[in-house]
Amino acid sequence: MLAGPRHAALVRATHWITVVCFFALLITGGEIVISHPRFYWGETGNVNTTPLFALHIPSSRDTVPTGFGYVMPDQNGWSRSLHFEAAWVAVLTGLVYGLWGLASGHFKKEIVPATADRSWRALGAVIARYLRRAPTDGGEARRYNAVQKIAYMAVIFILFPLVIWTGLALSPAFDSAVPIAVNALGGRQSARTLHFFVSGALVIFLVAHVLMVALSGFRVRMGAMITGRAATPAAMPEERI
Amino acid sequence: MKPISRRRLITAGVAATAGVAGLAVAARMAGRNGLVPPACRGTLGVGDSLTYAAQRVLTAHSLAREFSRDMISKAPFANEIAPPNDAFKKQQASGFVDWRLSVEGLVAHPGLYSISELKGLPAKSHITEIACEEGWSYIAEWIGTPLYEVLNAAGALPQARYVAYFSSDKDWWDSIDMADAMHPQTLLAWGMNDGDLPVPFGGPLRMRVPRQLGYKNVKFINRILVTDSVKRLGSGAGSPEPDFGYSWYAGI
Repeated sequence: MLAGPRHAALVRATHWITVVCFFALLITGGEIVISHPRFYWGETGNVNTTPLFALHIPSSRDTVPTGFGYVMPDQNGWSRSLHFEAAWVAVLTGLVYGLWGLASGHFKKEIVPATADRSWRALGAVIARYLRRAPTDGGEARRYNAVQKIAYMAVIFILFPLVIWTGLALSPAFDSAVPIAVNALGGRQSARTLHFFVSGALVIFLVAHVLMVALSGFRVRMGAMITGRAATPAAMPEERI
Repeated sequence: MKPISRRRLITAGVAATAGVAGLAVAARMAGRNGLVPPACRGTLGVGDSLTYAAQRVLTAHSLAREFSRDMISKAPFANEIAPPNDAFKKQQASGFVDWRLSVEGLVAHPGLYSISELKGLPAKSHITEIACEEGWSYIAEWIGTPLYEVLNAAGALPQARYVAYFSSDKDWWDSIDMADAMHPQTLLAWGMNDGDLPVPFGGPLRMRVPRQLGYKNVKFINRILVTDSVKRLGSGAGSPEPDFGYSWYAGI
């Protein structure tokens, strides 16, 4: 018998709230990009300046030269409002999770790799097991390995803070109060381009994350994140990491 | 399922009551301190209102970023404008000498101002970025009469809470709160980059609110209305933008 849930109730609740917010932010962010699918570097950029790159998609504005002969419907109004509302919920949820993670020792115990695992050798061993698709020792159902921990650390401590920062830097009012937020990123258009790339990195994480859950036992892993119940090794005999 | 103990029930009840009371007090205080936008529509209005309240607190004394002269965009983009009507074209042909800005509403001295009369008031300029909600932007030097100079000259009354401003295109108007109306960088702009404000950029007169996005910077202004409520204007949301789903407040 294993004591305690696989994931604490607070982790499960904040995880699923974040999932809902993430999809709202992704869809509405995509809609906003469609109104100007060109990206620039520096402070300013518009259709009269050379873009850093442009997405080859139609636009919801006829002022953007896309090469497509039609204009998409404008969805920016509700998209912008939902984007910021979802951002509020995501940031407040992240704040609760972050404070709880520090106070409860969740980060120390479950997210930061143990001292013994902080070596290229230890990481190599985990990766080699992934590549061989070797069976787990059973402990995988109870705790994350070092590679998983590093991936979660990158998302929690690097990508989420970066996406919030680059997003806030796009607010002219926020920038008037905290000009360094946008200046440190190299200007408004750089902030917008970085916001797009960091969002892309989060999408890559999401795809890998869901893929790994599916490969390692979708029902059991989903069960652990919904009910908190951990699967015992006996319950998942064919589990592979 | 475990039965809920009496203690837990009481604790939960007290917590819920305190929560609701706290929210009610917070809403009242926010209303008193000008932290509630004029229209807070539907579920998405909650986020817009939260943003407005947070940014009003954060930006109480902030100035929009200003840039050096060499940062002025060589190729600014003038967003498409509706083809001007005949009355506008006639004004344009005569160099806008007959253009008048009507100042109305809660002011001691309502009146009409020609562009040259506006230029007679203390002028100001700033090199700031105008950013469209779509994502593009440019930097220009904006020269004009601060809106507070006009409001002071007209004697805005203490009960004023919003300034609504109207374009020569009757469907195009907007409004800002007094925090933005009295802000030192809010201009009735008549010049751009050392020349008269070109028509594609809003000439002869454009509202320039540099801490908000482009769509609050209405072009071809010919009327401003000082008011304590925007409920009677249009659909009552302070701007036609909310009718298309856009937020009244555009600081983000």
